[in-house]
Order: sequence, then C-alpha cells, then structure tokens
Amino acid sequence: MATPLQYPMTSANGADPTGPHETVLTADSAPAVHVRRLRKTFGTKVVLDGADLDVARGEFVALLGTSGTGKTTLLRILAGLELPDQNQSLVLVPKLRTTVYQEPRLVPSMRVAANVAIGQPRSKETRAAAERALAEVGLSSHARAWPATLSGGEAQRVALARALVREPQLLLLDEPFGALDALTRLQMQDLVADLCAVHRPAVVLVTHDVDEAIRLADRILILRDGRFVVNVRLDIPAPRDRNDVRFLDQRRSLLAEMGVETRFGGRHVAKSRPPAS
Amino acid sequence: MSVLLEPMSGPVTERLRRDSPAPVRLVPAEMAELERPKFLGSRPRSRSISLVVRASIPVVLLLAWWYGSASGFISPTVLASPRDVLRALVELFETGDLKLFLLASLGRAGAGVGIGVSAGLLLGISSGLTAIGEEIVDPTMQMLRAVPFLALVPLLISWFGIDETFKVVLIACSSAFPMYAYSYLGVRNVDRKMVECARGFGLRGWRLLVQVILPSTLPSLLMALRICLAISVVGLIAAEQVGTTRGIGYLVLLAKQYFRQDYMVLCILLYATLGLIFDTFIRLLERITMPWRRHSSIR
Repeated sequence: MATPLQYPMTSANGADPTGPHETVLTADSAPAVHVRRLRKTFGTKVVLDGADLDVARGEFVALLGTSGTGKTTLLRILAGLELPDQNQSLVLVPKLRTTVYQEPRLVPSMRVAANVAIGQPRSKETRAAAERALAEVGLSSHARAWPATLSGGEAQRVALARALVREPQLLLLDEPFGALDALTRLQMQDLVADLCAVHRPAVVLVTHDVDEAIRLADRILILRDGRFVVNVRLDIPAPRDRNDVRFLDQRRSLLAEMGVETRFGGRHVAKSRPPAS
Repeated sequence: MSVLLEPMSGPVTERLRRDSPAPVRLVPAEMAELERPKFLGSRPRSRSISLVVRASIPVVLLLAWWYGSASGFISPTVLASPRDVLRALVELFETGDLKLFLLASLGRAGAGVGIGVSAGLLLGISSGLTAIGEEIVDPTMQMLRAVPFLALVPLLISWFGIDETFKVVLIACSSAFPMYAYSYLGVRNVDRKMVECARGFGLRGWRLLVQVILPSTLPSLLMALRICLAISVVGLIAAEQVGTTRGIGYLVLLAKQYFRQDYMVLCILLYATLGLIFDTFIRLLERITMPWRRHSSIR
C-alpha cells in the first residue's frame, strides 16, 4: 500500500496548487497526511501559522480547539476546499479521501442510494457497494427514500455511508455530530468507531467536544494561535468508559489546555457547547 | 387520580351541562386555566373541495354576465351577451376556423417559446455557473432586458419580413429574457455547500450540472416557463396583426375592424382558456419533474 501522496487539488477556484514542494513519498512507512509550516491567512487575519501535522495510515486523530482556532480551515485545506498560503506550506494527502461535514449535504433530487454512489460510474458493482454501505449504517430499508424524508441522524448516516463506500485512505470528519441531538450523537460516535475499526482509514476528526475526542481518537491535538500546542496519545483501552478515572483525568487536562475552567471536574462541560466554528 | 375525575360544581357548569347537546367533559377547578392547544398546522384538504373553490369565482363571473345580459342590465353595446358569444364560437367552430386559428397560434407560441427558452436557459446557466460567463453575458442581457420587446416589431419586420419567421423571432425575443433572469438566479441560489460536497466526491462538469445543479434550479425554471408562456400571448397579438389570415391575434384584428362585440369577447375567453391550459401544463410538469418535492414536509 505505498500509494504516493499528492497535493489536494483545490476545487475552490480550479487553480493548480503545485508549488515548489512537489515531493512524492513512496516509502512503506509513509504517513497518510503530511503537513509542514502550514500558513493560512484570510485578509490580515492569520488563521494557521506554521502548523505541522503527521497522521499515520489507519490512525484516528482528533483536532480540538475552541471556535475560530482554524480547525475547520485546516480540514478544508486537507480536503482541497481552501488553498494554503503558497510559498511555504507543504500539504500532502492521499488521493482517495472523503469528507463528512456537519450538515449531511445530500442532493435532494437523488434517492438515498444514488446519493451514496454520487460521482461514481453507474454500474452493478457501484450499486451493490452502495447497498452494502447503507446496510453498514443500518439504512438498507431507506435506499429508495428521498433525503427530505430522513431525520437528521439518518441523513448523517447516509453521509457517512457515502464517505465510506469509496474505501478512502483518509476520512475527514468536520464536526459530523455537531448538529445531532445528544442521544443520536452517542450512537453515531459508536457507529463511526466501529466502521473505522473495520475499514481502517486514517481519520482526522475536527471537534470541540472533548468527550467525543477522548472517546474516539488514538491521538488528540489542540490547535491554538495557528499551531498545534498539545499532542497527546491516548492509552486508555477501548471501549472507553466515561467514568473511568483515566478518561476524567484526560478530560480535565485537555480542558485546561483549551483554557476552559471547569467546576465539578468538568462533568457539565459537554452540555455547554460553543457555537459551531 | 380520582381527584382529577371529580366533577366541578357551580352555576356555570350546571348551565353548561344542561345546554350542551353533547356530554360536557368537566375539568377540575385547578385546571380551569389550561386550554387545548390550538392547532396551528395545516389540515389536509380534500381535492374535490379544492377544485370547487378554485372554479367558484370564474363560475360566479360567468353567471353574473349571463344574468346581467338576460335581464337587460348589461347593454349589448357594452358587452355582448353569452348567447351571442356562444353563437360566434359555434360559427367559428363549424367553419373549421377555430381549430385552424388555435393551432396556428399555439404553433407560433410553441416554436417561439421553445427557441427563446432554450437560448435564455443556455445563457442563464453559463452566466450563473462561471464568473467568466457572467462577465461576458450578463451586462448585455441586462441592457437588452430593459428594451420592451414590442419596440422590436418594426426592426424585426424589416429584417425578417412579415411572415412566420418574424412572428417566431418576436415571441422568442419576448421569452428569452425572463428565462435568462430566472435561470441565472436559480443557478446562483443553488446550495453552495451541496455543490462543494458533490465536487469533493468527484462529480464534475456536465454530470455536476445535470445531476445536482439543474434539479435544484427546477422551481425557478418552471416559474420562468410560466412567465414566458404568458408573455408569448402578448407577442402573439402583436405578431398576428400583420402578414397572416390565421391565429387568435388575427381574430382580434378582425373583430376590431368589423366592430364585432361577440368576437371580441370570444377572443378574451380564448386567451383565458389558453392561460388555463398553460397553467395546467406547468402544474403537471411540476409534479412529473420534481418527485422528491411531493414527499417532503415541514420539519
């Protein structure tokens, strides 16, 4: 599996971002994501200022940070939806990458199965794969349904099936549970954990929910002032129990790193979510 | 629970109990301030009732006209009576002119609207889709849009003569601009996030347009088609004033020349019928082309 990494082709304005860093990595130990000196400014506002990021194949990384710290911008750069500032940033990602956004972003005029298979050549194999993916997220019976008839959680599961049906090497999750209710969120987190354990893509999850990050990730990074200031590998065995002392300790220290003061050891914090960035 | 079932007593409840034909369910005093939630949603309506309501005002107008003429309240010099108009219709039908005129007018309108709508759609999409298309197309279209298409009549006659070409071109000109404006707006208003996402999943170019963008613009396009068809009727009157002996516009001209009240009213009714046909056609298109909309509801 030594697929060369490539620049994310931007679809934002069609410009080709091939800069001075057209490095091709082919070693077997090659990471799934390789980012160096990433800088991104919007006008005069510096959002990312020399961020470095490596994600190994099959690794689940969570990016934490309060609103406006540039987590989503970083993810959008990895997805090819934003261009980094050219002259110094190096961004390499695998060719096969898919994204799940905060909103399901389904095409309302396509039935669920067609939404899952979107952009793929029409064939028997594609249809079978879409049906398998829908079965994995528990929505086999909705294959012929229109997106407008789905609940929020169901629509988001379709979006997950659409992202996984291509067997991506890199799965980008942009606060995929942010718009869901608390109970659906818990179920979705379990579903994502299970499916990622089966498909083993490298995952970059952007979230501001500390519990979610601890529950799912192999490694947690905190973004502050345009750089990663914390890089914690989690050694708590899965499934991770919220009441485990190690879980609670981890949360307390991560919240402290994010500058959030907590009473009662932070038990209430998950409820008071900041607005989506 | 037994407390809740205790009936209230007092003069008011006594009177209620006595006067009400249905058994009154009494509420204990501590719940007297509560009320049933008033239903704010919309209730499903029966199709037949809806149809009757739809038809009611046209039917009332027709009845008033008929009664007014029969009782002598409306003088025939002001408005021809329904009987005269009906006679004119039968006359026109028996000579075979009705069919001929309607087909001629519908043919011109169809060809003109077809050409105009295609051109407007093409320009609107290219203008809405890409920045370069917008820069090339939009300024010119916005300028030309301000020109009333009836002002083009003399110019078009000098270019194309007074035959069919001129008529079709005039109607095409009248319908290209509304189609352009609505398709441009429709493409512009497509959910950017959805398009971005579809591109991320490898949908590009032609397939992106056909599978994602165009279906989202369909409501705007059908609205535009409605307007184009309505405007084409105006174009028909202007176009059929010259160079033809067929068509509803020609019938209007004849009625004017011979001062035939009955034919004038008949023309108005024919136009109204055309409007009804067009509207039914668009409604049908809406149902056929947007099956996903039938299943959606407010959440």
